[in-house]
Amino acid sequence: MIEFHDVYKTYRVNGRDIQALKPTSLSVRAGEVFGLIGHSGAGKSTLLRLINRLEEPSGGRIVVDGVEVTALAPEGLRRFRRQVGMIFQHFNLLSSKTVADNVAMPLRLAGEMPPAAIRARVAELLRRVGLSEHADKYPAQLSGGQKQRVGIARALATGPKILLCDEATSALDPQTTAQVLQLLAEINRELGLTIVLITHEMDVIRRVCDRVAVIEDGAIVEQGLVVDVFLHPRHPTTVRFVQEAEQIDQDGLREDFAHVSGRILRLTLKGETTHAPLLGRIARATGVDYSILSGRFDRIKGVSYGQLILALVGGDFEAALRQLQAADVHVEVLR
Amino acid sequence: MFRNVDWYDIWLATLDTLLMLFGSLLFTVLIGLPLGVLLFLTGPRQLLQNRAIYGVLSLVVNVLRSLPFIILLIVMIPLTVLLTGTSLGVAGAIPPLVAGAAPFFARLVETALREVDRGIIEATQAMGASTRQIIWNALLPEARPGIIAAITVTAITLVSYTAMAGVVGAGGLGDLAIRYGYQRFQTDVMVVTVVLLLCLVQILQVVGDRLVIHFSRK
Ligand SMILES: Nc1ncnc2c1ncn2[C@@H]1O[C@H](COP(=O)(O)OP(=O)(O)OP(=O)(O)O)[C@@H](O)[C@H]1O
Ligand SMILES: [Mg+2]
Repeated sequence: MIEFHDVYKTYRVNGRDIQALKPTSLSVRAGEVFGLIGHSGAGKSTLLRLINRLEEPSGGRIVVDGVEVTALAPEGLRRFRRQVGMIFQHFNLLSSKTVADNVAMPLRLAGEMPPAAIRARVAELLRRVGLSEHADKYPAQLSGGQKQRVGIARALATGPKILLCDEATSALDPQTTAQVLQLLAEINRELGLTIVLITHEMDVIRRVCDRVAVIEDGAIVEQGLVVDVFLHPRHPTTVRFVQEAEQIDQDGLREDFAHVSGRILRLTLKGETTHAPLLGRIARATGVDYSILSGRFDRIKGVSYGQLILALVGGDFEAALRQLQAADVHVEVLR
Repeated sequence: MFRNVDWYDIWLATLDTLLMLFGSLLFTVLIGLPLGVLLFLTGPRQLLQNRAIYGVLSLVVNVLRSLPFIILLIVMIPLTVLLTGTSLGVAGAIPPLVAGAAPFFARLVETALREVDRGIIEATQAMGASTRQIIWNALLPEARPGIIAAITVTAITLVSYTAMAGVVGAGGLGDLAIRYGYQRFQTDVMVVTVVLLLCLVQILQVVGDRLVIHFSRK
């Protein structure tokens, strides 16, 4: 759906070149929710804004839904942009227009729909985002979550195929964030919209994304299915993001480990294996005794997973290790 | 009290002042608003960024603004005659008044437009809007309170300019104040004209403020 071929972007600031995005190739599939995570200044917004050419690429080719975006003339670019909705961290609603007029704006600008049809479409969109009673209010009279819903309704007005979200939930409290993310997931499911979203919170990625790319210093350093990246992060930056999301306190853990004897393992279980009665069986068969030091079970995009840290004492340690691996458990020996 | 005051003269002078004020205000807005929009758009890091155009416009505006109005009045006489056929009366006063106020107003408009959140322009661009649509559908509506405040300030500045225009025989309350109040020591005429000008400024300010509040949705 969205393809980047060696796209890069450099800014010239005070005679010096800043490489906001190094040559990057990327492919976002139709109908998926693609997450981009990175620290401040990593180049997330730059990458996102290249998709609808709010930012002109310094080089490379961008192809969206078969259209070579980088080759579009101004008129064609404007037409293309109507097929790409966008929502923003600070909502960017027009304070001088009512909620209904904000949502109607993309349709009025396109100038292809008669007024009566626009009214009907706006009513339908406001119903979808649950703001029907607020149609005649001004943005200043709404809460942050409501403003973002208006932003979403506006972005959907022209029936786009792609929705770009630049830190859409960063200005919202946790509960409102959850509601907005749920709405995005709903839209993705029901309308089959392809969504690209930027965030600096791994938790947002875990809740709605199918795939994720980690970006640092203008380059993608890791990407893949969210479950895989989450459970087996490779790049140090990714590891840190995951630890933040899981609220893992490395130092605390290490301190705890000092007080237990035996070997220490980290097990990662995924899918079917997660709920299999493995530990007891293996313990009996090999004579090892185990204690659980920490653990978490959850789901990412419908896939169950579990992560356990165990201390093993006595019995046949090597056999236990082999049996765990044979049962499709990812094992790391920590000590 | 008011021994020297000819109320009919005062009435005529008031009419002249109002005519000069609103006549010049109309042309000031007609010329200054597009000029302000152009200044904004061609400015650094804006939609139609253009160093040359911005530089030239900026220079012209600054030159006109740094000229004392009284000098502008005199310098403008040949051009005024060319435009209106006279350098006297209400008609003769309007060109210099506009030349004095339009650059000032254009700068205020530019500032008001700069106050519009960049994100809003960006969101409008992302909808596929052309530059013309961005101006009409996003920039001007969002800057409306600021532009109304700019019109108010400009109108009040024009009131004091009309008083000075009396010097070149433009008529109006300022002319009355100078000819009778100052040159013939008729203090009562001076007091009446000053009070009338004060009322005018006060009314403009109150109406302007009300409109700004009405159009502010923040
Ligand atoms: N218009 C610009 N001119 C110059 N440099 C820019 C411009 N926009 C971005 N940059 C630089 O490019 C780099 C990437 O910026 P970008 O906005 O993409 O980061 P980001 O990952 O979105 O960060 P944040 O999380 O803070 O929004 C930064 O170093 C930034 O300073
Ligand atoms: Mg950003």
